[in-house]
Amino acid sequence: MGEIGEAAATALRLLWSADPELFAIVALSLEVSLTATALAAAIGLPLGALLALARFPGRGALVLLVDAGMGLPPVVVGLLVYLLLSRAGPLGELGLLFTPTAMVIAQTILVTPIVAALARRAVADLLEDYHEHLTSLGLRPLAAVPVLLFDARYRLATACLAGFGRAAAEVGAILIVGGNIRDHTRTMTTAIALETSKGALEQALALGFVLILVVLAVNLAAAGLSTMARRIEG
Amino acid sequence: MIGRLTAARAEPGPLLPLEVEGLVVEAGGRRLLDGLSFTLRPQRCTVILGPNGAGKSLLLRVLHGLVPPDRGVLRWPEPDPDRRRLGQAFVFQKPVLLRRSVRGDLAVALAARGVPRRERPARIAEALALVGLRGFERRAARSLSGGEQQRLALARAWALRPQLLFLDEPTASLDPAATRMVEAIVRDLAARGVTIVASTHDLGQARRLAQDILFLHAGRLLDRGPAEAFFERPASPEARAFLAGELPA
Repeated sequence: MGEIGEAAATALRLLWSADPELFAIVALSLEVSLTATALAAAIGLPLGALLALARFPGRGALVLLVDAGMGLPPVVVGLLVYLLLSRAGPLGELGLLFTPTAMVIAQTILVTPIVAALARRAVADLLEDYHEHLTSLGLRPLAAVPVLLFDARYRLATACLAGFGRAAAEVGAILIVGGNIRDHTRTMTTAIALETSKGALEQALALGFVLILVVLAVNLAAAGLSTMARRIEG
Repeated sequence: MIGRLTAARAEPGPLLPLEVEGLVVEAGGRRLLDGLSFTLRPQRCTVILGPNGAGKSLLLRVLHGLVPPDRGVLRWPEPDPDRRRLGQAFVFQKPVLLRRSVRGDLAVALAARGVPRRERPARIAEALALVGLRGFERRAARSLSGGEQQRLALARAWALRPQLLFLDEPTASLDPAATRMVEAIVRDLAARGVTIVASTHDLGQARRLAQDILFLHAGRLLDRGPAEAFFERPASPEARAFLAGELPA
């Protein structure tokens, strides 16, 4: 217990002294996770809306696939992206393996189903509520999309936050495709895994504190959004 | 945003009289509406009266085009269904309000009906004044009380300038004071020339509002005609029992 206390104190000193390596790791983590979340939102939000609104052959299977995708094992996704980007793989010529771009790709694959599935549920719930009113107004389905997306805005934002939370805390996939290379692809989670295995608990704990702060901030933002939604939506 | 997706549309011709003949709606092997025939006359307040489960709300939805009939004919003077929709509005028993401000809720309805952007503020102000909700523009629509929400739904309906307004049990969950306000608004709209078709199981409300009555019982139209005649000489035993306040066995 004493060792942990000492490690925590050292961690706080590291944070306080603005250790450049520590901050580079934090910055890269945020950059990768935010980029992956933005890409996942760009794909997942329209996909979720489409699955909620459109009726086409194979829709049921796609909904099932997206819902199941929420539980994708990160190490398996990491392995698949590794095979895709490795020198012998179909995209090997791009030379992306062990780069932040590879990490973004892996996290985007992990986060997109979360955003799409939550967005689909948000829009579908709203459509159930609004359907007769919008039909009564004579709004065609295409014209109803902006109304539904705007009115689902808080739940869609929460879906993106949930995706970011997953990305920020993820380690398995980015460890495989990023390689945890110092000053290049080392993020908070991969560094924590490495430092812990080396016995460097101070560094690991300092990163752990920052990670917990990020996750707390995301949760606070989600809670704030739902409070705001309750106040505005009644 | 939706203003750009919906072009301004042509005004519909007269919607009424509507002749309904042999209307049937079935579900799960049951006839929910069983061969209804009647005529809706213009500029009248027609009340669809009957106990719960008689098919009143379903009939309103069929007339408004929300539910397709299985059999029967609806003869409208206006042949184009899209134009017919433009001349109608529907107020639901539980008001469907958008997750935005009172003004935003009304603006979406006006945009959907192709009302030009510059005309919307005046329409919104006038409609809210009619229902006594001036000053509520920035409030969240869904944060209003039950009575205020129903009045907002009426304001939204009036803002669309309908020839024909359907009201599905508009005061079913309201207290007497809110009911009085809603009924006053309905009378006001009727006085402005809007044809009202309202469903209710509330005898008092039917007496206060109806000029014509359609009495529905278990999906069948058992009585119809001017309200005075119906209340004085109901034709069917079911209508007599309903007027006498007898509980069904």
